[in-house]
Order: sequence, then structure tokens, then C-alpha cells
Amino acid sequence: MSFTPDIRLFSCHYTAQQSCTEGGSILRELNFPANITMTRLACTGKIEETDLLKAFEDGADGVYVVGCPLDGCHNVKGSQRAAKRVASVRKALAEMGVEQDRVRMYHVERGLHPEFIAVAEEMDALIRSLGPSPFCRKAA
Amino acid sequence: MIVAERKPLAEILKMVQDCKRILVLACKGCVTVCSAGGEREAEILASLVRLGLQKEGKNAEVNTASLVRQCDKEYIDSLDQYKGQYDAILSTACGVGVNFIANLRPAEHVYPALNTTFFGGSAEQGIWKEMCAGCGHCVLHFTGGLCPVARCAKSLMNGPCGGSVNGRCEINDQTDCVWQMIYDRMGRLERQQELTASAPIRDWSSSGHGGPRKRVREDLTV
Repeated sequence: MSFTPDIRLFSCHYTAQQSCTEGGSILRELNFPANITMTRLACTGKIEETDLLKAFEDGADGVYVVGCPLDGCHNVKGSQRAAKRVASVRKALAEMGVEQDRVRMYHVERGLHPEFIAVAEEMDALIRSLGPSPFCRKAA
Repeated sequence: MIVAERKPLAEILKMVQDCKRILVLACKGCVTVCSAGGEREAEILASLVRLGLQKEGKNAEVNTASLVRQCDKEYIDSLDQYKGQYDAILSTACGVGVNFIANLRPAEHVYPALNTTFFGGSAEQGIWKEMCAGCGHCVLHFTGGLCPVARCAKSLMNGPCGGSVNGRCEINDQTDCVWQMIYDRMGRLERQQELTASAPIRDWSSSGHGGPRKRVREDLTV
């Protein structure tokens, strides 16, 4: 059975900046997966664990965060903080017996680089291989 | 402060697996400072509980609230506003808070979301260390302010054991030998001579070995 995952992306404003010009048409031209919904943040350091968990509660099959390189964050430590929060949620997923890779952190150079598209495609392929979120089971 | 940490999720989920309405109750006291059970952690836990129950095919209404402290009757009284609205309270307070709710709300279910670990302080951001055992008989004035009861693995009172090596404890080589620290500090303070006096056999009756402790101040009771 075909499965199109619902994937949520939280991206640093600077990392995603150019990707959002022209109403997102550049992303479409570069084959950015249409099933990924992007939320831009002023800095990924702003993200809270509850934002990531809420995405799963809202039906996401996978969630990922794209922030600045660890040593090149515009706000110095924002992407480091985001990575720690993603790691904490990965640990919680493991505690519940859920694949940790349903949530991931990526560090990508600012601006629209091929890597921004590559990690989106990687995440899409990964979540397709994992299948639907186990949190979406119907209540008994 | 009292330092605590979240219990394993599986343990928490088992406690509330049959509940349909759960109130995750944060405490704004010590557990907020040690980032274990404040409002932020309660929101995270509520989300995890919802997801954990959903994964098992169960749906529950999980909300959050917070009290200034869960170790004071006057704040516990404010739980009246939630009367009848929840099957259980999942407290993110220390064990004191859970006990207070259990004492004052005899007909309500209350569960601990945290393991209460020790009395300590924040050595640096994200790291807490045990500093006090609450033994009820403080000897810090003899030991340069460093506690051998809480910080020596054997709670020795007359110097280090034979396992102290290069200033580290034999229990864990990442742990400082507090008796080495006491000796060095007393030396710096030119008080090392005081350590030659033998500490008398200790009366542990104040440390809880005589049952739960209680303190009464007649000047404050009404």
C-alpha cells in the first residue's frame, strides 16, 4: 500500500531564507518533497521539545529540524540548543519503543544549498521506510 | 534545593494507563529550578503521556496546571478548583509534594512523575551535585563547610578510608574524596590541627533512623 508521510520541518530563518523566495516556487523547482510542511523559526534555538512533540500529536509521521552548522550559528549557540532538544525527544521516543529516527536534527549552511534539498529527500525516504506513525493508532 | 529527575516513561504510563482525564501538576519550587518538574517539564510530560497512550490505542485528556509549591497546605487547597474533573493527578513535584496531596486529598489518586534524588546545588548549568543528607546533626563547622555525611560514600566522620586514591573516591573515580577536600581546605585555613580531634560516636537518631521527623516552632504555630 502506498504511503505518503506527513513530515514537519522546523527550519532556521537563515537556512531557509532563500528557499522561501518567489512564494516557494524555487523549492518546487528543485523537487523539494511536497509532503514536507516547513515552519520557519527566527532561530532553531527557539524551538521547544513541546513543538516537536506537538507535531507528532498533530499527526506527523516524521519531524526534523534544520539549523546552522554547529560552529556557525548566527545566534552563536541556537543550533546547538536545538540539537540537544531534538536529542531529548529522540530519547523519549526510544523510551516509548518508537524509532528515534522519526525525529532528526540537521546542520546545513545558510542560504539555499543543495544540501537543504538533500536532507529533505533523505528524511522523506527514511520516513517512507519506517511507515506511518505509531502514535496514530485509533483509540479502542 | 531538592533535586529530582523524571521517572522512566514506561513506569509513568503504567500508572495512568486506565485514566481518561489526567492533570499533570507542576511545582514552581525546587523542581522548577532543577528543571525536573516545573511548568515547562510538565508540558513536555503531558505531551509524552498523550502520545504514549495514543500509541497503545488509548485516548486521554491530559492537561497541565501548576502550584507555587506542592509542600504547603495553602497551595494544595487551590486544587479544589479541579475537583471531580480528573481521574488522577500526575505530580511533577518531589516526593514531599506527592505526600502532601495524598494526605490532604484522601479520595484522590495522585502519582509521582519524578524520582526524588537528593539535596544539592547546581554546580554548573545542567549539572547538580549532592551536598546535604538532611541528617539533622550538622557537623560542617568541624569540617570546613564540606559535608562528610552526604559527600563521603561511607559517611565517615574521622577522615578518609583506605580507598581514597589521588583525591578520588574508590566508589567512583569521578567523585572527589570529600575527606581529601576537607583536609586540603582546613590546611588552607590553617585549621588542620583541629582534624586531629576524634569525632565521637555519632548519634544517628536525628537522621530518620528514629522514624519520620517533625519540627515544631511554637512561636509560629497558630
